[in-house]
Amino acid sequence: MKALRNYLDKIKPNFEEGGKLHALRSVFDGFETFLFVPNTTSKKGTHIHDSIDSKRIMSIVVIALMPALLFGMYNVGYQHFKAANIEGSFFELFGYGFLAVLPKIIVSYVVGLGIEFIVAQMKGEEIHEGFLVSGILIPMIVPVGCPLWLLAIATAFSVIFAKEVFGGTGMNVFNVALVARAFLFFAYPAKMSGESVWVAQDSIFGLGKSIDGLTAATPLGEAATIAVPEFNMDMVYGLIPGSIGETSVIAIAIGALILLWTGVASWKTMLSVFVGGICMALIFNACGIENNAMAAMPWYEHLVLGGFCFGAVFMATDPVTSARTETGKYIFGFLIGVMAIVIRVLNPGYPEGMMLAILLMNIFAPLIDYCVVQRNISKRMKRLTNKK
Amino acid sequence: MAKKNKETFLNPIGINNPVTVQVLGICSALAVTAKLEPAIVMGISVTIIVAFANVIISLLRNTIPNRIRIIVQLVVVAALVTVVSEVLKAFAYDVSVQLSVYVGLIITNCILMGRLEAFAMQNGPWESFLDGVGNGLGYAKILVIVGFFRELLGSGALFGFRVIPQCVYDAGYLNNGLMLMPPMALIIVACIIWVQRSKNKDLQEK
Repeated sequence: MKALRNYLDKIKPNFEEGGKLHALRSVFDGFETFLFVPNTTSKKGTHIHDSIDSKRIMSIVVIALMPALLFGMYNVGYQHFKAANIEGSFFELFGYGFLAVLPKIIVSYVVGLGIEFIVAQMKGEEIHEGFLVSGILIPMIVPVGCPLWLLAIATAFSVIFAKEVFGGTGMNVFNVALVARAFLFFAYPAKMSGESVWVAQDSIFGLGKSIDGLTAATPLGEAATIAVPEFNMDMVYGLIPGSIGETSVIAIAIGALILLWTGVASWKTMLSVFVGGICMALIFNACGIENNAMAAMPWYEHLVLGGFCFGAVFMATDPVTSARTETGKYIFGFLIGVMAIVIRVLNPGYPEGMMLAILLMNIFAPLIDYCVVQRNISKRMKRLTNKK
Repeated sequence: MAKKNKETFLNPIGINNPVTVQVLGICSALAVTAKLEPAIVMGISVTIIVAFANVIISLLRNTIPNRIRIIVQLVVVAALVTVVSEVLKAFAYDVSVQLSVYVGLIITNCILMGRLEAFAMQNGPWESFLDGVGNGLGYAKILVIVGFFRELLGSGALFGFRVIPQCVYDAGYLNNGLMLMPPMALIIVACIIWVQRSKNKDLQEK
């Protein structure tokens, strides 16, 4: 730690006004504040600073995402070896998945951070840290068969149009990672849905076996097109085809515990998403819709399949795009759960309703906040006038 | 006077573009630009209609009672739209099918009523004609730019001819399906506005 600090101090003059690497000032600044909490203090008045700034919060979210990511890597290998019908040790499975997922993470970070650095340099601001989380979320919510160049385009699109045009980190209306996924989903449906993208098809560095035309539908896709699959424990462990990070409920639960324990995410949003989902699923179960197998899918299956858990834990709780008032969080989360199940059941074309539900509610979050605040104001106003 | 006429004609094409600066006529810009050919036909149709509606209203401007001027303008526009629509059906049936209701809906295009109210009611026929052609071409210009990008990236073609060679597709390239949907047209229009505003200091809000 000490050596790193000394090294940074040594090279720092190069990046300051007049230094030969001044053009890269924002890049240096970004890395320095990522590694060390900046020791600047406010000059006027009394301020109380929490030592946890947004770069530290982002790091906690990234740590919370790790179990889901690591399990996702293992599952990529597991699905490939299972579909190719070959045996492999744990390390072969994990190694295969690691090599399949790593390029996606690198592409997402290089493109996203590249754009952030350029924008920061152009505006003369310091680099925003928001992409630390989005950069790892984006590879985790795409299927393993999604080509790298598509990932690069989607990342660039979402960083520019969902974030920078709104004013950068903290100003975005929509969840950046979900916009990237929505872009891919609508622009390149062949690579984001269907049966051929959920299992990796090529061998990587001699691991696995190249097979053309490996197909496997996600359980949700099956439910929408054929019949609702039987519930089994693999759905909870996450040994099913799906987007890279979303399959394992257990790994996501570990991440959720980290987020809740550190207080980064709100338990109110998280809980109400699940409550909303359960309510809506029970309503559909009770009413039933003719010729719609999804309507009869039990609520616990809705919750463990697809991106429901992942969305509830990591996307809905995004502090920027979710509702900010405490009451608003309940409403916001509840409606996400309801909308996700409604889209899943009523629109067989979009078996994954979570993405659209969260994006939709992101638009309404400010409205929910406004209503909650206004209600509070009028309540207190009434109390005041009654007293007199 | 010649300089003023030149401005009347050129301003709507560039610095006072009806779509990117006044943000009029957006709906049809989204609806007909998935391919380049209908976009061009739409642009030409609107140009003709705005130009002649401007001339006719400008000739009538002193005789139209103020209280019923909107209905008079509508009748003129509707007559011209019907003529254009019939001509398209007779000589360019395929395009007319692609444009479907949007030819008829030119009557609701905000650019038309805007130019009639704001310009033709106060100016002579020649100026009005120039203004109409300028505005029509300004509208057509944006439609063509949007149509170009949408057809190129969405279908890999221009005027229906494949321009992206097969070997690129074999290498893994895919058409962008979102380009064929209206939301992407809105984003392209936004990008054009972005470029125009960053070039023109006058257009930037303080």
